[in-house]
Amino acid sequence: MDILYKVFIEPFVFMGEAPDLLIQTLWEGLVSGVLYALIALGFVLIFKASGVFNFAQGIMVVFAALTLVGLYEKGVPAFLALILAALTMLVLAVVVERVVLRPLVNQPDIILFMATFGLTYFLIGFGELIFGGNPKEMITGALFLPQGTTELDMLGGMVRFQHLDIAAAVIASIMIGLLAVFFSKTRIGRALRAVADSHKAALSVGISLNQIWVIVWFAAGLVALVAGIMWGARSGVSFSLQIIALKALPVLILGGFTSIPGAIIGGLIIGVGEKIGEFYWGPLVGGGVETWLAYVIALLFLLYRPQGLFGEKIIERI
Amino acid sequence: MSFRRIGLGLAAATMLAGMALPAFAQDSVYVPLFTYRTGPFAGSGTPIADGMHDYLRMLNERDGGIGGVKLVLEECETGYDTKKGVECYESVKGKNPVIVNPWSTGITLPLIPRASVDKIPILSMAYGLSASARGDIFPWVFNPPATYWDGLSMIIKYIGEKEGGLEKLKGKKIGFLHLDAAFGKEPIPLLQELAKDIGFEVALYPVAAQDMQNQGSQWLSARRDRPDYMIMWGWGSMNGAAVKEAVRSGYPMDKFYSVWWPGEDDARSGGAGAKGFKMLNWHAVGTNFPAIQDIQKHVVDKGFSKAQKDKVGELLYNRGIYNSLLIAEGIAQAQKVTGKKAVTGEDVRRGMENIKLDPARLKELGLEGFTDQLVLSCSDHNGHRAAFMQEWDGTKWVKISNPIEPMTDRVKGQLEAAAKDYAEKNAGWPKRTEACDKAS
Repeated sequence: MDILYKVFIEPFVFMGEAPDLLIQTLWEGLVSGVLYALIALGFVLIFKASGVFNFAQGIMVVFAALTLVGLYEKGVPAFLALILAALTMLVLAVVVERVVLRPLVNQPDIILFMATFGLTYFLIGFGELIFGGNPKEMITGALFLPQGTTELDMLGGMVRFQHLDIAAAVIASIMIGLLAVFFSKTRIGRALRAVADSHKAALSVGISLNQIWVIVWFAAGLVALVAGIMWGARSGVSFSLQIIALKALPVLILGGFTSIPGAIIGGLIIGVGEKIGEFYWGPLVGGGVETWLAYVIALLFLLYRPQGLFGEKIIERI
Repeated sequence: MSFRRIGLGLAAATMLAGMALPAFAQDSVYVPLFTYRTGPFAGSGTPIADGMHDYLRMLNERDGGIGGVKLVLEECETGYDTKKGVECYESVKGKNPVIVNPWSTGITLPLIPRASVDKIPILSMAYGLSASARGDIFPWVFNPPATYWDGLSMIIKYIGEKEGGLEKLKGKKIGFLHLDAAFGKEPIPLLQELAKDIGFEVALYPVAAQDMQNQGSQWLSARRDRPDYMIMWGWGSMNGAAVKEAVRSGYPMDKFYSVWWPGEDDARSGGAGAKGFKMLNWHAVGTNFPAIQDIQKHVVDKGFSKAQKDKVGELLYNRGIYNSLLIAEGIAQAQKVTGKKAVTGEDVRRGMENIKLDPARLKELGLEGFTDQLVLSCSDHNGHRAAFMQEWDGTKWVKISNPIEPMTDRVKGQLEAAAKDYAEKNAGWPKRTEACDKAS
């Protein structure tokens, strides 16, 4: 009975007793969720255009952030470094399209997936060669990102809002909004959707597959840059950031590999879910549930909607 | 190509190898350095690797090695990965290393049973298996100058003194933020034992390796549990991220303590808010020592070092120097007790048991005042030396305490029990047959 009480009653009693902590947990979960969504968006863009799960998205986050910080450390002004980092991601997109995607066109998806593994380890080695393995500090001040904390007395307690977290949530939301509009309202966006539906049909109406791939990888690179800046500002820029990027995997399972709204909603559910789970139920098993809870949430959704919340239901003739 | 030519070629190659090998054996000793300059733990691994390499390289450049033999240095990148570390060990053991430094508790543990078989001593400096301090049970393993259990007992003792006595910790809550790996879990049994004896409560906050830079939940939980003190057992990017998160969550930094692994970069990452963060240490920072100035002159200025000039003398760089000081002293003592120049792993094991780094010897080595004295022996492979507490003042570490002796009375019993338990659980654990030198 005691365990049932601890699982089903106590956490909710605690939520009622300390609502300020509940708000704080929800806020932390939302911020993490928005950042997960941003990373997941990079995966979705590439998956939509090429049907490939880009394993390299995590290292792209690190590589973009390191390029920015590395250039700044070399004396390049912050905003010029930002532009140059974005251009580096464009160059990377062109190189990936030329060297990896084009030669492997029409190969099974698993081959392209494995190619992104290769790209990951190449970028890790290349990044460490250029920037070294030491963690670096994000240039938060030089990019005029807000710092400091607002403490609000509410619900009989206090809730802390980091200005950086607020900025991260706002910037990530704007980025997601812009990309959603770009890919749904513009000509390129429509072309992308055509490519996503059928490569052959898209080619038959004159859409350049190669061009679309460059655009999509560049967009994913920009998303990686923003995610790298925001996450780097929270906890530093190091190669362990690429592991966090894999948190986007349960987000994708949940939201669907092809849906931008799915990435957003999935990110928020995972972000909030893992924080609430760790905070209220984690102590029952000695903590550390956050690492696997996201996957459990995603698996539960998979049982009922294998295509994810917003993914396209695939019906095939057999 | 005829069989005759192949045969001649092979014979010539064998002759050349035969000529080269004795030359190698006579004039040098092989010292592999297990390092990690890549991956999530590179932030801690790189400065340590630099310090380790540069001190030994300085001995080569300045003195022509140790006792007339050159040190053949070779780094093997482990990435702090146990599997890669064991691969490194397998790749170097055929080259007759005189000592191995795993630089990871996870790598140390699988190497412990191999050490006595391969006759290669293991130096796990202030990390690894705490129980391996017992030289009578672990003759091939050395973990000076203090074990993790000593370190934990020192922090508890210091906190207790701040409260007005250990008994005042009764009813307090102590948080333990740790890497969820062999290293981070190592002191937990002692922490729980001390909690039971003294009467404080423990709240564990494990941080998975993949979440080292995503510690929001742990610090939220800390806000829920309101620990009176937080003790950190972190490594790599976990340390810097923890300092940042502590600042973000408003945890009082003067209540935040760490074992001896964070560096300046970790504290700096918390900005001005990190002021007051405390950690244990047992050696000096800075370059104001003749030996370190020799490193600058003979190694750094000549471009033989991978370290940035301004990083020489920082905490973890000097930690690497301390590690190599032990290696060098082990080799020097081995030469002394055996009378040989090109010593072997078996000799260096004896040398390590004869280490006596007293103030006079430290002065002779150009490291006067760098650290407290250390004496190892046949039975004591650790020394259980005192460490001091230092505090981050916003720009640098400031020593804020006298040496804190470990709680030997509480640690010793646990240590002995753990060592015996290890030997019993590992069926067939060999009884020590290595003779003790009279000197040790």
